[in-house]
Amino acid sequence: MRFDTVIIGGGLAGLVSGISLQQAGRSTAIVSTGQNALHFFSGSFESLEEAPERLSELFAEAGVRLHYRPGVRLMPLGTFRPAALSLEDVSLFEDPGFARKVLIVSFTGYHDFFSSFLAEGLEKAGMSCRIHLLDLPEIERLRQSPSEVRSVQIARAMDRIWERVVQEVRAALQDEDTVILPQVFGLKDVSVPGRIRQGVPARVVFVGTLPPSVPGIRTQALLKRRFELLGGTYLAGDEAVRASVEDGRVRSIATRNLDRHALEASHFILASGGFFSKGLRSNPFRVYEPVFGLDVDYADDRNAWYDPAFAGDQPYRRFGLKTDAALHPLLGGAPVINLYAVGSVLGGTRPEFGSGAGLAVRSAFAAVDAILKEEAL
Amino acid sequence: MNTREFDVIILGGGITGAGTQRDCAMRGLRTLLIERSDIATGATGRNHGLLHSGARYAVNDPESAAECIRENRILRRIASHCIEETDGLFITLPEDDLAYQQTFEDACRAAGIGAEIIDPDLARRLEPSVNPSLTGAVRVPDGSVDPFRLCAANMLDAKLHGGQVRLHTEVTGLIREGDAVVGVHTRNCQTGEAADYFAPVVVNACGIWGQHIAGLADVKVGMYPSKGALLIFAHRINRMVINRCRKPSNADILVPGDTVCVIGTTSTRIPFEECDRVAVTPDEVTLLITEGAKLAPALSSTRILRAYAGVRPLVSADDDPTGRNISRGIVCLDHETRDGLKGFVTITGGKLMTYRLMAEIATDTVCRKLGVDRACETATTPLPGSEERSYEAVARKIWEAPSTAQKAAAARMGTGASRIRSGNRLDDALICECEEVSVGEIENAIGQLEVSSLTDLRRRTRVGMGTCQGEFCACRAAGLLARAHGCVERERKDLADFLQERWKGNFPIGWGDTLREAEYTQWVYKHVLGL
Repeated sequence: MRFDTVIIGGGLAGLVSGISLQQAGRSTAIVSTGQNALHFFSGSFESLEEAPERLSELFAEAGVRLHYRPGVRLMPLGTFRPAALSLEDVSLFEDPGFARKVLIVSFTGYHDFFSSFLAEGLEKAGMSCRIHLLDLPEIERLRQSPSEVRSVQIARAMDRIWERVVQEVRAALQDEDTVILPQVFGLKDVSVPGRIRQGVPARVVFVGTLPPSVPGIRTQALLKRRFELLGGTYLAGDEAVRASVEDGRVRSIATRNLDRHALEASHFILASGGFFSKGLRSNPFRVYEPVFGLDVDYADDRNAWYDPAFAGDQPYRRFGLKTDAALHPLLGGAPVINLYAVGSVLGGTRPEFGSGAGLAVRSAFAAVDAILKEEAL
Repeated sequence: MNTREFDVIILGGGITGAGTQRDCAMRGLRTLLIERSDIATGATGRNHGLLHSGARYAVNDPESAAECIRENRILRRIASHCIEETDGLFITLPEDDLAYQQTFEDACRAAGIGAEIIDPDLARRLEPSVNPSLTGAVRVPDGSVDPFRLCAANMLDAKLHGGQVRLHTEVTGLIREGDAVVGVHTRNCQTGEAADYFAPVVVNACGIWGQHIAGLADVKVGMYPSKGALLIFAHRINRMVINRCRKPSNADILVPGDTVCVIGTTSTRIPFEECDRVAVTPDEVTLLITEGAKLAPALSSTRILRAYAGVRPLVSADDDPTGRNISRGIVCLDHETRDGLKGFVTITGGKLMTYRLMAEIATDTVCRKLGVDRACETATTPLPGSEERSYEAVARKIWEAPSTAQKAAAARMGTGASRIRSGNRLDDALICECEEVSVGEIENAIGQLEVSSLTDLRRRTRVGMGTCQGEFCACRAAGLLARAHGCVERERKDLADFLQERWKGNFPIGWGDTLREAEYTQWVYKHVLGL
């Protein structure tokens, strides 16, 4: 099978690349193993503090609305973090003292949302809090299995009964000016969080839960749908296993499911992620890139991979592919000129692109621009 | 409850201290146990969890071997819910001397250990994970024991007999009257509150830290700190304990326990000052994997869950200042006869396997000093939880149709599982999915078993011990602890401490899937949850 571009990895970096190329009329295929970091997305794009317009537009066309307002956001454990460009679900505040009285709403027996941590964090910031637990028969039904009261299962139920939650919240509301709800709304229907905000006579703030992230899953689904509506080919549940490279160019890649039908293309984008997504792998002796065997920048001495402090800046998270200025990864010291590395597979080797979701988006745009520019010449 | 006077004060919340408190309490003494940290935080919780048959010592130390097999039989009776009767193999590999097998079997028989040479083919059938190139095998009555559970059960029984326990309480000095110790000064490590407690006898059961406590009494007990490193694997690959049939050496015991298996150990002399912060080195990790894979080749491709190390409380012989003449036997020092200091007893040396005997010896000494004449009954009285022989029998008694989670709880708690609130869907909800620990079991532990932190909770329930190393369950359990203790601020720090403690055992083996999981956990806590 032949495409203009084949992308390895269906996370944020891969989808942003794929949508952009497809929009520019290039036939594109994405090979995706399945889950990716979008399923654990916090909802805010770090390292995208400036120039968010291009991403906002791309997302809006996919049906995902972003808003931009530099300030702070409320984290699931009751702390505040700086944030700017975010999904609409995420409320952004000028400073932590955003309310006077807060009603925190959760569900009885739901352990993946941290009401008491939130209350303590808000009280420290000068707000008074009340926690209200909802007892709904739909949640009670989930409890038949002891490991079912989790975010996604609740979100599935909420897609049907979110209006009842609005009624219950209205009934529970006293003189609070703000209501906090877990991010379990709008798994399928992107309009639900906004409609809840309209239905509750107080400011509604959605706060994250233990992963997986409901807004993250929804965003991934909408971006994937947009890519497919534009004519892109999304190979879900497949994995690139090896590549054929000749004279410094990738000819084709083989995947697990399409073993005998290699994917050929003029350009390839490697958006396979970091260690968690298996874009980078490690054994006791080295860190390596499993599909092409590309050059990885890492420390030879394994003792230098870790900071003994859990919360420290872990050196292994800076490990990533060696690339030239145009994001061509190196293989045996020489750039592979029709291959581009984007997103977490770069680790911290290209700090000018930022980290996390910011790195994914900015490096993806850079690779797309390079491909289109090259073809224009 | 607020009494400050007891018949005996026991220092140290390891298995020796807990066992001694149980024995003293069962003989009618008013007891207080004081522990600086949590239960089983020293050598008790940092070993293989091997229920030795004694076979390992049979050739070189027949006396210890005989002690081991006697205690092995006793523990099977009194602590059945802490024990798995797996049996063990001592295998000979092509590079080992097969002639040693006969010496070994003869020595086992002489010590009273039922050892039986079996055909290597039979060994391969009994234990499919064993190195298939073995040339010989001896079957012995080894097993596995959960030291946390054993320690908690002893302490619980002491409490049922009126004993009191102060965890997270440090002894800052001994109170003396003339030539006698009459009590201890303490400080609560969490609140900083100071308190004095009095008793005519104080027992020092602090393991390697006993040297420091003896120093407070101006007497000298020379300990010889020897570090042992171990690795826990994420899957239980073996059914039986696998040992090498040769002179004891490094990394030659593989013990199955609960859902995991453990390879160990090494033996390195360390300076006394390092006892509080032992760490596993990359060289030790390499040695453990390389040698371990000789016992069971699957180990080389099995994910390692964590690395940890303990310090053996070996005692230097009294007349040997060089520390070369080390005893692994039980040492009970009556400082009245040894040093002219009344009211102070040190019980040390020994092994997890012989804790009950150590406790009996220490309690005999205490009773003699107090003029109490009551026989020891710990060898025949089951520990709380062990009244039934099998966890399945326990589960069936409590629940009509027990779920796997309920069976797991019964295996962890024995008949004590009847205290878990259940039958209500809120209580049955799982907090820890790797180890199947429910809300009910956690709340029972918080209410009954002196839990002040997530790490304490882990020792009592296995929360966070599974494949994910506490990634999600730590947060969920922190929510329950915050509710129980009514203090979120403390819980926030507790959660950070717990994750730090898990990381300490993860980074020495941080590659492959362990690094994947670590990257995920560190990402989630920092960027998604905002700890």
